[in-house]
Amino acid sequence: MYLRIQIISIIVSIIIAGFIFELIRKRKLMERYSLLWFASSILLIVFSFWRGLLEILAKILGVDYAPSVLLILILFCGFIISLHFSVVVSKLTEQNKILAQDLAILRNELKALKKAQFDHNNKEQSSQSEIEANA
Amino acid sequence: MRAQKKLIIIPAYNEEKNIANVISEIRNHRSDFDIVVINDGSRDNTRAVAEQMVPVISLPFNLGIGGAMQTGFKYAQEHGYEIAVQVDGDGQHLPGEIPKLLHTLVAENYDVVIGSRYLENNNYHTPMMRRLGMIIFSFINSRIADKRLTDNTSGFRAYNDRAIKFLAANYPTDYPEVEAVAVLAMNNFKIAEVPVEMRQRRYGVSSIDALSAIYYMIKVSLALLVNVFRKHERAN
Repeated sequence: MYLRIQIISIIVSIIIAGFIFELIRKRKLMERYSLLWFASSILLIVFSFWRGLLEILAKILGVDYAPSVLLILILFCGFIISLHFSVVVSKLTEQNKILAQDLAILRNELKALKKAQFDHNNKEQSSQSEIEANA
Repeated sequence: MRAQKKLIIIPAYNEEKNIANVISEIRNHRSDFDIVVINDGSRDNTRAVAEQMVPVISLPFNLGIGGAMQTGFKYAQEHGYEIAVQVDGDGQHLPGEIPKLLHTLVAENYDVVIGSRYLENNNYHTPMMRRLGMIIFSFINSRIADKRLTDNTSGFRAYNDRAIKFLAANYPTDYPEVEAVAVLAMNNFKIAEVPVEMRQRRYGVSSIDALSAIYYMIKVSLALLVNVFRKHERAN
């Protein structure tokens, strides 16, 4: 009974780790955003191989029912990862805002520049034709 | 005295019905100001209408009033403006009141001057719920600034070059008016209020509807709290 669940959890954790690796290999997941996922999946593998660790951890933390430590760990990993994403999204939002502002200002400047050049060319042209007319 | 470079920044979001009036009204009162419209990703004809009259900076998508105003400050800084006045694109602010702001800013040497609807009792009508929020923010900001500030949500403001430079780097996002006052006060900018009249909005609805009022209160309160523990890019 114990052996079966252990084999299943080992297989599942290795599949998860492999899936994350595959995402990175295909460049669908950047290394910098995969670190937390990797750490979590390694934690999963360690716990499925070494059953006693859960008991030891439970004893240290003073938890009577060992499996609930696993639950807490999973929740903790999920919490850290989603917090990390909120930070990343905030940073992207700020960068996005700066890009939009600078783009808008540059467009305005480009337009003014083009207009100035256009006027300049027109002036040159008209003075050119003036000279020709005088000659 | 050398004439100062002065800019009026008009943030506008879907204001095709108001923007032309606002611009021509300003032109009638103040010819010594340059005008720039910050079109904040409007989905109507705001851009086309405004471009026929003044330079327009068009944001590629809607950033909200905070992001739009910051764009204006960046523009003002890059072009060396020494005074910037914010006049909203909805026609609420009366260009005839600009000299009052300007006089206090220049003659009394302030960094920021806010046009207040509540400094003198006038007819401006404010719904109960908003009034309550304003009283709370007024209390908090008055403490921070160490002087009585009555209208912290007013967008009708004049800034000097020091404030322009600071705000180009530090303007808050999402409902920025209250927070901007707090941040400026914390960074030792001198803030004054002058009493002004304002019009009730002619078209459209205010950017703060009933549903977002609660979010507004919580967001601004949190922002005020966090700002106490935050370091800002210095303006020197």
